[in-house]
Amino acid sequence: MSRLYVARNPRVAARSLDGEMMIMSGRDSTLFTLNKTATILWQSADGTTPLDHIVEHRICTEFEVAPAEALQDAETLARELARHEILQISEEPIPPRSPLAGESR
Amino acid sequence: MSDLLMQMSAKAEKLNIPLSVQLDLTYRCNERCVHCYLDHHDHGEMTTAEIKHLLDEMAEAGVFILTLSGGEIFLRKDFFDLLEHARRLMFCVKLKTNAVLIREREAARLRDLNVESIQISIYSHRPEVHDAITLIPGSLKRSVAAIKFLKSQGLKVIIANVLMSQNMQDYPGVRALAAELGVECTLDPTVTPMMDGNRSPLALGVDQGVLRQVFRDTALVGDVEEFCAIPTPAGEDEMESTPCSAGHTACYVSPYGEVFPCVQFPLPTGNVRQQRFVDIWRHSEQMNDVRSIRLKDLTTCPSCSHAATCTRCPGLAFMEGNMRGPSTQDCEKSFARTGIPSANMLAKKAAGANLRNANLVQIRALPTAIGSATAGAIA
Repeated sequence: MSRLYVARNPRVAARSLDGEMMIMSGRDSTLFTLNKTATILWQSADGTTPLDHIVEHRICTEFEVAPAEALQDAETLARELARHEILQISEEPIPPRSPLAGESR
Repeated sequence: MSDLLMQMSAKAEKLNIPLSVQLDLTYRCNERCVHCYLDHHDHGEMTTAEIKHLLDEMAEAGVFILTLSGGEIFLRKDFFDLLEHARRLMFCVKLKTNAVLIREREAARLRDLNVESIQISIYSHRPEVHDAITLIPGSLKRSVAAIKFLKSQGLKVIIANVLMSQNMQDYPGVRALAAELGVECTLDPTVTPMMDGNRSPLALGVDQGVLRQVFRDTALVGDVEEFCAIPTPAGEDEMESTPCSAGHTACYVSPYGEVFPCVQFPLPTGNVRQQRFVDIWRHSEQMNDVRSIRLKDLTTCPSCSHAATCTRCPGLAFMEGNMRGPSTQDCEKSFARTGIPSANMLAKKAAGANLRNANLVQIRALPTAIGSATAGAIA
């Protein structure tokens, strides 16, 4: 099974509000909020850390959830966020887009 | 404002987070609009490094929506450097400009940097009227050309039309121009005094007759009957309500680093050259004073029949001498909407006062050199 890499889309606007991300789509200015799990995924999405590594080391350590189930949910979530152009997903590491690889705060 | 953004604003207010900041990069301008409240001189603008540091602090403090304005922002030679820094910090960036300096190259760069929207001042669809307000021949032609460049890049453009006696008949033409260009259009009848306390711009504001006409234009207000309805008395919830986002989830920073509750609320609260932005936001005595205001605490307004529906601006009230007092311009708007005079209007009429000649607080900038903040002086 191939690994999935996720990267924050630098086209969006984003800010953490009380531990939850507010994200505005760069495509049509639609505003999204991410729950705490999705926020961890977003904040860890550096393009070089594989999704399974994020799930194992960032999500499963935070929430009581089986790794396989968590990975499946995370993949579904990542693809949904990619559909809204909030995340970029790839089976290869994603290099930062110069000069605007967004810093997550 | 979307429901989700309202929810986020409510959460930010509860957590005391400045969700939205307007940062003026310069007061210099290449137009000389007759109603402008700025002096157009550079009294010591923040440097590139200072502004980048401020942006870092703002991101850390939780600012999400960053409006870059002026003066004319494109007169800053480091504008794109600053914008790039802001976008790297993932602010939702909105711009306010006259767009005269925007060509294809600048429009493409703004697209690459994913600016959320660009608000452009257009006073009339007729060059002879628009250019007579900006005092720059050819300015309408250049601004409209810029809107087309921006639209061709897929950017969101909003025309901002300030309603004054000089252009009061032209707002339908501006709206038609906006429709033709495929952009949004806003109309604002508010004209403010100049920063040095000069009140002459107020004479350019429209009179009651024009306000009444505007407030009964279905194209602008939708359901006229609802918009101009007789106000209902304020309930307990309304009496506990705060006036607007100024100082609650929003503030304004001048090109000299001074922080105010709003661009239209010239109460100095601190300077980012002397203090961290977040410390001013959280601990400024003046900012906390603004935050403490509730409708029930106001001097005249709680007894006014418009209390529940009035758009009272605390900044304009401050410029009249008391941020807990009424804002005459908003009293006039309420009167134009409903035909019912406000408590303030009735009191002033009884006292024989001229509403337009109310004493105003002089808007005075904080000293830019290291020193303590000074409050505005009574004119």
